[in-house]
Amino acid sequence: MTRRADPGGQGAAAQSIPRKTTTHLLPNLFRTTAFKLTAVYLVIFALFAGFVLGYVAWNARRLLDDQIRSTIDAEIQGLAEQQRQGGIRRLVNVIERRSRGPGASLYLVTTPVGERLAGNVEAVPPGALDRPGESEIEYARSVDTVETPSRAIVRVFVLPAGFRLLVGRDVEERERLGVVIRRAAGWSLLLVFVLGCFASWFVARRVLKRVDGMTDTAQSIMAGDLKGRLSISGTGDELDRLALNLNAMLDRIGELMAGMQQVSDNIAHDLKTPLTRLRNRAEEALRTAKSPDELRAALDGSIDEADNLIRVFNALLMIARLETGRIQDSMDALDLSEIVSGMAELYEPLAEEVGLSLVTEVAPELHVSGNRELLGQALANLIDNALKYGQPVEAGAATVVVSAAPVGSEIELVVADHGPGVPEADRGRVLERFVRLDQSRSKPGFGLGLALAAGVVRLHGGQLRLEDNAPGLRVVISLPQAQPKPVDMHEGGALPASTAQPNPAGLQSA
Amino acid sequence: MRLLIVEDDAEAAAYLTKAFREAGHVADHAADGLEGYAMAEGGGYDVLVVDRMLPRLDGLSLIRSLREQNDVTPALILSALAQVDDRVKGLRAGGDDYLPKPYAFSELLARVEVLSRRRAAPASEPTTYRVGDLALDRLAHRVARGEEEIPLQPREFRLLEYLMKHAGQVVTRTMLLENVWDYHFDPQTNVIDVHVSRLRAKVDKGFEHPMIHTIRGAGYMVRDTAR
Repeated sequence: MTRRADPGGQGAAAQSIPRKTTTHLLPNLFRTTAFKLTAVYLVIFALFAGFVLGYVAWNARRLLDDQIRSTIDAEIQGLAEQQRQGGIRRLVNVIERRSRGPGASLYLVTTPVGERLAGNVEAVPPGALDRPGESEIEYARSVDTVETPSRAIVRVFVLPAGFRLLVGRDVEERERLGVVIRRAAGWSLLLVFVLGCFASWFVARRVLKRVDGMTDTAQSIMAGDLKGRLSISGTGDELDRLALNLNAMLDRIGELMAGMQQVSDNIAHDLKTPLTRLRNRAEEALRTAKSPDELRAALDGSIDEADNLIRVFNALLMIARLETGRIQDSMDALDLSEIVSGMAELYEPLAEEVGLSLVTEVAPELHVSGNRELLGQALANLIDNALKYGQPVEAGAATVVVSAAPVGSEIELVVADHGPGVPEADRGRVLERFVRLDQSRSKPGFGLGLALAAGVVRLHGGQLRLEDNAPGLRVVISLPQAQPKPVDMHEGGALPASTAQPNPAGLQSA
Repeated sequence: MRLLIVEDDAEAAAYLTKAFREAGHVADHAADGLEGYAMAEGGGYDVLVVDRMLPRLDGLSLIRSLREQNDVTPALILSALAQVDDRVKGLRAGGDDYLPKPYAFSELLARVEVLSRRRAAPASEPTTYRVGDLALDRLAHRVARGEEEIPLQPREFRLLEYLMKHAGQVVTRTMLLENVWDYHFDPQTNVIDVHVSRLRAKVDKGFEHPMIHTIRGAGYMVRDTAR
């Protein structure tokens, strides 16, 4: 059979990741953050410019109107005085004269029936003269402009004997100002738009280019180039900070992967040791065993060794499973008191056998949410360790204390012995897989018990810490307290350890 | 006892069939789920030993289908999946026991024998178990050897009750942990042995014929050796 080269390998992997290129910049532009930001700024600036211009226009108009009004008032006062002194004739003369002056105001004097006596206004809207006081009207200066009237602010004054005097000023200036402001508004809006578009293009080009650069780097990292790092522009801006953080994250991932590598190397090593032992034992038996009994003994030993290996594998798989944390759906409301007293009761005879007394101090009704099997096993591991390594040193009492009590919102579960303890420097390390301290190497075990217990506790949202029991080791587990479980009489299995009743239902489920 | 082994790994199946036959049982073999289902449906088996991962029809579906047909033949599930919730799933599908691979044959044999006995047992349990001169009154919670009453702690009572219920059968350490303490993990150390030896000190010490026997490499058995 020929070995077929694999042309797909690297190439296929690279193709499976859709590559985004910069050739489609424009359609992409509308989806970019830069574009959206620009659009928002555009609207805000336009509103702002509109508001400022509107405010200026409104104030200028009011100022102009006030000026016009005070001029008109002054003239009316003057003309009324003339009329009082020289009668209507003098008033007409003054008005005739003033009307001809350059930049003259608007004047009109009529008889009580509305006949024009003097002035430079040819036509006013009908009835305009009947309303004394100030108003804004349309007017025509001459017959020619009747069709295209102008606007003016006027004041009508009723003279004695019913004569009407109208004085006003054209508001052309005001209209011109309006035009100027409207034009300014138009220009500024145009400017805002143009600048906005330019800024958008600029930002998009600059930022997008860098983001795309990051995407490319990320893709090459995903494709397997784990050494790749994002480039830093050196400006210290947000993108630089992002890139720095991502690079730090990549470094951390690299470290973790190296750590994982280390762990798997350790695991391989620690599994090879019992495998080697197993193999040696079999080989030795083949070589030297003389009788069926010796062979049988060797086979028994091999099976024990194999069983140990299976245990190690099971524990390792379980720890791995705990680390991925996919056990949430097998969490129940539990009474930790039952688990603790049950486990203590299970180990009590063994403790007696090894010359230790197991003291249990368990508060009733300790509710946690968790998995009974896992918590039971974690506790079993801890008690087992305490019995294995808890032979008292000098002054220590030959006791292992298992206690559980609520502390604040948590439940503290403690397994304490008076053995040699664990030096402070090693307390973090012994929670790792396969870590066994030198003085414990003579005892059976694989260094997985604590790691498993720590994994179980972590999975339950708690903490496991090692403390000095002076002398000895105190393993403290804090678990979050849960609401008590509603009473369910039909729940199978778990009987509180304190209950003396045998459980026929449980027995039948054998 | 007639057994059906549904297992797709030919070597494992051959080993199991041979071992069960050596233990004095009749063992048939089905190589995939559908064949297993057809054979089991034909009936006549006392216990089914079903691998969980099978071609054509997986083990759990096989058992579920049988249960839907009101077939209550005890079934033991063998599985390489040994995590906490896998067991629950197995039992929920209608399995009666669950044994993770790899297993000791003695463990499997003990469990299968207990399952087959359960099938043959009368519907109602007797209120008193008797083995030789040892009697356990389940209602009064009393244990007596001949005329002499033996005081027992509650857990010792349950331990003896379980052993006596399966008198004449091998009961393994894991079976005891499961049924007396309701935990399913591997006890690793000799915790169970210590409990049994305590019980033994009360039940057997000072009597001519011991009732609780250690079966090497397997577990324990309560048996009357007087006769």
